[in-house]
Amino acid sequence: MSGADNVVWLGTPPFPEAARAALADTRLRANLRRATGTIRDRRLAVTAELDDWEDLRDTAAAVKRRTLRHLDRHLLRLEETVTAAGGTVHWAADAAEANAIVTRLVQATGESEIVKVKSMTTQEIGLNEALAEAGIRAYETDLAELIVQLDGDRPSHILVPAIHRGRSEIREIFRRQMGKWGRPAPEGLTDDPRDLAEAARLHLREKFLRAKVAVSGANFAAADTGTVVVVESEGNGRMCLTLPETLITVMGIEKVLPSFADLDVFLRLLPRSSTGERMNPYTSLWTGVTEGDGPQDFHLVLLDNGRTATLADEVGRQALSCIRCSACLNVCPVYERTGGHAYGSVYPGPIGAVLTPQLVGVENAASLPFASTLCGACYDACPVKIDIPEVLVHLRAKAVEAKRRDRLLPTPEAFAMKAAGVVLSSPRRLAAVQRLAALGARLVARDGWIGVLPGPFARWSGTRDTPAPARESLRAWWRRTREAGRTTTEGKGR
Amino acid sequence: MRIALFITCFNDMMFPRTGRAVTELLERLGHTVEFPQGQTCCGQMHFNTGYRPETLPMVRRFAEVFAGYDAVVTPSGSCAGMVRDHHRVVAAELGDSALTEAVERVVPTVYELSELLVDVLDVTDVGAHFPHRVTYHPTCHSLRMLRVGDRPLRLLRAVQGIDLVELPAAESCCGFGGTFALKNADVSNAMLADKMRHVLDTGAEYLCAGDNSCLTHIGGGLSRLRTGVGTMHLAEILASTEGNVR
Ligand code: SF4
Repeated sequence: MSGADNVVWLGTPPFPEAARAALADTRLRANLRRATGTIRDRRLAVTAELDDWEDLRDTAAAVKRRTLRHLDRHLLRLEETVTAAGGTVHWAADAAEANAIVTRLVQATGESEIVKVKSMTTQEIGLNEALAEAGIRAYETDLAELIVQLDGDRPSHILVPAIHRGRSEIREIFRRQMGKWGRPAPEGLTDDPRDLAEAARLHLREKFLRAKVAVSGANFAAADTGTVVVVESEGNGRMCLTLPETLITVMGIEKVLPSFADLDVFLRLLPRSSTGERMNPYTSLWTGVTEGDGPQDFHLVLLDNGRTATLADEVGRQALSCIRCSACLNVCPVYERTGGHAYGSVYPGPIGAVLTPQLVGVENAASLPFASTLCGACYDACPVKIDIPEVLVHLRAKAVEAKRRDRLLPTPEAFAMKAAGVVLSSPRRLAAVQRLAALGARLVARDGWIGVLPGPFARWSGTRDTPAPARESLRAWWRRTREAGRTTTEGKGR
Repeated sequence: MRIALFITCFNDMMFPRTGRAVTELLERLGHTVEFPQGQTCCGQMHFNTGYRPETLPMVRRFAEVFAGYDAVVTPSGSCAGMVRDHHRVVAAELGDSALTEAVERVVPTVYELSELLVDVLDVTDVGAHFPHRVTYHPTCHSLRMLRVGDRPLRLLRAVQGIDLVELPAAESCCGFGGTFALKNADVSNAMLADKMRHVLDTGAEYLCAGDNSCLTHIGGGLSRLRTGVGTMHLAEILASTEGNVR
């Protein structure tokens, strides 16, 4: 199984098609609108409280950019310090390598089940599936992740994987599936959030107490101390990180920070950006192993999987600054209407649209950079100031270039763009086209509006009228009324 | 002040009345407006859709045609944003150093209409008269690329007779996004539906914005539903006077 197969879900149609299906699901749209709206408002309220919010963003962005420029150095330092603290560091070039390492480590313990702290990175590499092939069962312990796992579903949001599910759906999933994975749901389970949380707690407690091995991701790792950090809000992470005997952490190489002191600014930015909380409920930090306390065997798997290639792109690399807060998803008008599945990728929403094509090669996710109106709301929300619109148009150019290379004949779009370019690079040709369009419009327009249009414009004209081109362009009006006898700027007319 | 009007290819053909309004308005304020006939397009559609080499001739032409004016004004937030944010990118990537220099010289003189009026000409009351109920949509590019802030609203508030009403969820994107409306028509429609609902909630007679492309998208939807709500570019409201109400 290659990395690309997991970052991008095989068999998912291109974004416009997947989006159409999602849009037809009215319950999904209602769930999404409610959830993103709530988090969005909360985030705005708590970020407005801080006078130095913009300074924090600038600092965080600067730290991330600087770290990425010397990533090799910081990673080698991290390896040193983790090793010195009694941990073991493994390097994985791609998903297959990372999965093989983790599988081997679990097998060495003789265990056949593990508990997991929610982690995007292990989803990216398809770890649960790889472990299952080796006969090892992985239990997700984050509430939303549990819901997704029980239902055999896919996450739809970075932070709230089950954002697309309502309460009654969750109750049904618990009743139907919990028994197959362990302790069944209690009799008479209602869809009251407290009831649902209690059912999950009972179900998960069994697993925490039994598990000898845990797998986590990492939000940050400090190179100078070898400290790894996981931030979560339910306490399930704390259980996984302290109770088992063996802890295996899979971390994307971009998560390293030069020093422990750098955590300060990120731990202030992350909760406010992601859940709209001033502080997150659980922040777990561990440095190697400590005798008689916590896991006695600690492994850190450093994953590349397309990140070095991304780093090589000077515009695109800023996507590696991402701290996975999901603020960009919550403010994105496109995500709000389609949900995460339409992106066909582990990383949905605006960050997915720029990160996924870079991790897997733009030709393998060519519709994603176009899944945006470039409205810029994501850039304004991003705590580390990733200029997502800039990366989107950068990747669009790459997608177009890739198509140009792969095809003998230009696509209809490329042909149209070429033709438009020829017209738009000459005022004389443009004026001629304007005259023709005005003439044509007079034949089909009614009261200045045109109804249904042909070809690529058909979907546009299904819901909108199109104004007819004016009888006289501004250029023509100007010449007629203002330029009689004057030639000041004519010379440039060509 | 000697001001060049960059009408944009889209307005030139579809909304010349917006160009005439800008001209009337600026002349009423005592300035000289010129229309360089060599102008064509800022290249935004090509650039944003990923066709960068095709953008280069337009960038070159823009820098040439608009060199040497006190100011260049355009009644389009997104085209102003294209020139300001992306022309130097194209010049650096595909052009030469002479082009880069030419772009650097022209870019600081380019203003979106509300910026020119408020920041450069230092007026907010342009002496307009428009006795209608109006709501204002701050298009994404004006809002987030140009950061025009409340300049358009300050100009509108100073208009005599106007009944300016707030648009709910004003800052959410209308779903146009240039070729996005064609490539992702279904998502675009869903966004448009919400924007139209909010416009109708205000009870306004006119929806105003600083960009005719967004107005074409929203106005096209409002027309299809026969809502009777019209769209009007900021320039047209500002150009209206007691004796000449549009
Ligand atoms: S891109 Fe920015 S806003 Fe989006 S998840 Fe990453 S850090 Fe958060």
